[in-house]
Amino acid sequence: MSEAAKVDAAHHHDDHHHHEPTFTEKYIFPLDHKFIGMQYMFTGMFMALFGGFFVYAFRMQLAFPGMSVPGFGTVSPTEYNMLITNHGSVMIFWVAMPVLIAAFGNFLIPLMIGADDMVFPKLNRLSYQVFLVSILILMASWFVEGGGFGGAWTSYPPLSADASYSMTPLGSSLWLLAVAVEFAAFLIGGINFITTAMNSRAPGMRAKDVPMTVWMICIASILFMASVGPLIAGAIMLFFDQMIGTGFFDPKRGGDPILWQHLFWFFGHPEVYVVLLPACGFVADVVTVFARKKLFGYQTILYTAIGTGVLSFFVWAHHQFVAGIDPRMANIFTVTTVLISIPIAEMMFLFIATLYGGSIRFTTPMLWALGFIGEFLIGGVTGIFLGASGMDIYFHDTYFVIAHFHYTFFPIAFIGTFTAFTFWFPKMFGRMMNETLGKVHFWGTIIPLNTIFIPLFILGAAGQHRRIYNYNHFPDLATPDLQALRVIATVSLLVLIAFQAVFIFNVIYSMFAGEKAGPNPWKSNTLEWTTPSPPGHGNWHPNDMPTVYRGPYEYSVPGREDDYWPQNEPT
Amino acid sequence: MSFKPIATTRSATGVMTAKLAIWWLLASEIVIFGGLLAAYIMHRIGHPEWANYAVHTNTMLGTLNTFILLTSSLTAVLAHHAAEQGDGPKAARFLYMTIGGAVGFLVVKTFEWSNEIAHGYTITANTFWSFYYTAAGIHGAHVIVGALCMLWVASTARKNQELHRVENVGLYWHFVDLVWIFLFPLLYIAK
Amino acid sequence: MSDNAASADKHDHGDGHGDHGHGDHSHGVDFYYKTYAVLLGLLVISVLGPEVGEATGLQIITLITAFGIAVVKAGLVIRNFMHLTLEKRFVHYFLITSLAFMFLFFFAVAPDVLNHEGSNWVNEAAIAHIERVQEEQAAGGGHGHGGHDAGGHGDAEHHEGGHDEGGHDEGGHH
Repeated sequence: MSEAAKVDAAHHHDDHHHHEPTFTEKYIFPLDHKFIGMQYMFTGMFMALFGGFFVYAFRMQLAFPGMSVPGFGTVSPTEYNMLITNHGSVMIFWVAMPVLIAAFGNFLIPLMIGADDMVFPKLNRLSYQVFLVSILILMASWFVEGGGFGGAWTSYPPLSADASYSMTPLGSSLWLLAVAVEFAAFLIGGINFITTAMNSRAPGMRAKDVPMTVWMICIASILFMASVGPLIAGAIMLFFDQMIGTGFFDPKRGGDPILWQHLFWFFGHPEVYVVLLPACGFVADVVTVFARKKLFGYQTILYTAIGTGVLSFFVWAHHQFVAGIDPRMANIFTVTTVLISIPIAEMMFLFIATLYGGSIRFTTPMLWALGFIGEFLIGGVTGIFLGASGMDIYFHDTYFVIAHFHYTFFPIAFIGTFTAFTFWFPKMFGRMMNETLGKVHFWGTIIPLNTIFIPLFILGAAGQHRRIYNYNHFPDLATPDLQALRVIATVSLLVLIAFQAVFIFNVIYSMFAGEKAGPNPWKSNTLEWTTPSPPGHGNWHPNDMPTVYRGPYEYSVPGREDDYWPQNEPT
Repeated sequence: MSFKPIATTRSATGVMTAKLAIWWLLASEIVIFGGLLAAYIMHRIGHPEWANYAVHTNTMLGTLNTFILLTSSLTAVLAHHAAEQGDGPKAARFLYMTIGGAVGFLVVKTFEWSNEIAHGYTITANTFWSFYYTAAGIHGAHVIVGALCMLWVASTARKNQELHRVENVGLYWHFVDLVWIFLFPLLYIAK
Repeated sequence: MSDNAASADKHDHGDGHGDHGHGDHSHGVDFYYKTYAVLLGLLVISVLGPEVGEATGLQIITLITAFGIAVVKAGLVIRNFMHLTLEKRFVHYFLITSLAFMFLFFFAVAPDVLNHEGSNWVNEAAIAHIERVQEEQAAGGGHGHGGHDAGGHGDAEHHEGGHDEGGHDEGGHH
């Protein structure tokens, strides 16, 4: 599909032996970054179905405890744990990361910097294959004896290390292996992205001419690479604890379970910025196009993103405030955590400042971008409560935390994805998506998002703790008002899920019967819009690779007739 | 030969693409080994009784292995030198010597470990030994991968092709040596 | 055509230097052999030094010769074999940043994992474990060294928590 329209790329770079790729070469062993990006995209979206199914099952259990969930059956306590664990793991590692970084990164980076592909196409292909293996391992973990891992996506020992506690001897190890293999895939992919973005820019493209999407994905890849190492070490140690009985995390044998927590969260916190930054990049690129206005403070946003990335390495123990860490550490981490809210908030304000005075068009991508800003701000401010270690003593492990991170993660993973997907769909598939369906999908997602998670804030503040499969066992939490909130949240989830059908229909319909799109339907400046929709192999004719003369956000430049000024148009 | 995009030949940073990628790879490896070794050091310092376990590591074999890896780093850089002068076959010969060093390292390690296991110092004996085998094991895995990569690079370098790969694989190999330079005192000397 | 981006540690520009990040270095093979000889010499010192350190009981000698020399050896390999000094600056920066993060990790986690007690907390399981093992070792237990606490190492560097309980090597465990 992505290679349906081949540019007259009859002549390639000398090294390339020219022939029409066979079916196998094109679809099973692709080398083209656009196609590999699509592989990641659809795999990630497919995994979202599982993540969504899991949350459906356990939310139904919470709203209607003990009743049989249609399509699943009754949810036992063990199954509940497996559902919440895999919901979290799947959504973060197998949906957010592949879609936001691997899919859009692969598709967009070469196009936006004016290159014909990633610098290492074979490594690119390998990264997807490794990623696919991680999915197979994960899925295998759901079907082995004992069932899938249920020790939470954070996998703390001794619960995760000892099968007599976790009750999932095989599931635990397969889950851990799947995560480790996924990390390997993203390390491979990340090196490709960073090297490509750094080295393969079009002639004339200075650092400040690079679109935010590319910068953000590049910075995110660097953050990932710098933070995942200790966890890879830790995962190997935990794997050995599970499989061969070492005692790395067993204090009775000279180990320390707190070490795992530190290893995990040293990665886990930068990880959330790894997924946040690409979403911010998409928002920046969409907001400028549909406000027809230059990005307010390009350099500020850039330094803010880098600063956030660096600072993100100094906040991780805020996940461990009540785990028994040294209280003096807790003080330090409170300060750093509250500090990190500043650059992120600033980024949001800069997006808003970009809108000010612009000529705003409320297209579907723009709605999603605006939705991101609004919803993410809510998530962000609630993080400040949690970042204060004193308040966290109460809030830790309650639904307040869940509501906070869903108000951040959902905008990142879903709103960010929809922003980018609806915006770049014409480029990817050569057709326009249906605007009406897009708007219906938007409102049908945003409204339930809030009616799911605001009740969860209230429940958290009322003391509802996490990871409990049935609150009927806790009289204080089993009051009718609180149960009503659970039901509201669950029903809203059902509505949210239902409206995703609109999106799926829109995608399939538009892919085949949508209005045909030209190269630049949104009148955007960046280089990907100078190729046909969809771009052919090599993106541009080898003799016609773009040269860049200006930055990516020259919209509504005074004195020009057009309100946009493509980067590759000679001065 | 292989499909090489225009992208691969560009160099906006001034560093050749493949080399830049290897430096980034090394950055990621620093944090992997760094995390593991930091965890080990914390435990080692906090557990004074581990000194009595550590006393049983074989310093002589460790020294021998350090010697082997240092020598292999020499041959690796000599391979790079030869490649820079355009002498592919010579570079390949030095790479084969480096691979020989890698094999030697693994042979010594196998001997060393079999001996230790026979004495009951297994990976589950206590957490010191767990770290010992895990750290040296992950390092050993990198040695194996490095040797395989060098084989592949040598096979093209021999024909005077893709000579820039010699330096890049050499960088990786030097890193493997660097990790061992720190593992050696951590596991063998500090008793 | 090329401006310098200010954020040097993440992104940089070639000013059209050509393909190599470093110019042709004038190192002949002698340079590499000389470096190798120095490395071997350092290896010898790093093995003998700790022997001296143990014999004299001066732990500082062990530390300097074992670890200090490791750092020197590493520096030689990095500089002379990997030619990092001839590489573009930004490569240094991101490598050092990786290393710096490891120091950050160590110093932030050590108060929890290295120490077994601190401000308002005690890791009783760990302390009990250490005591138990040291008793076994003192009693000529199964690790074949006849009751020697060989002085451990490196308690000198990091102890904010302070061990009062007897589970300490210097604390005359016999």
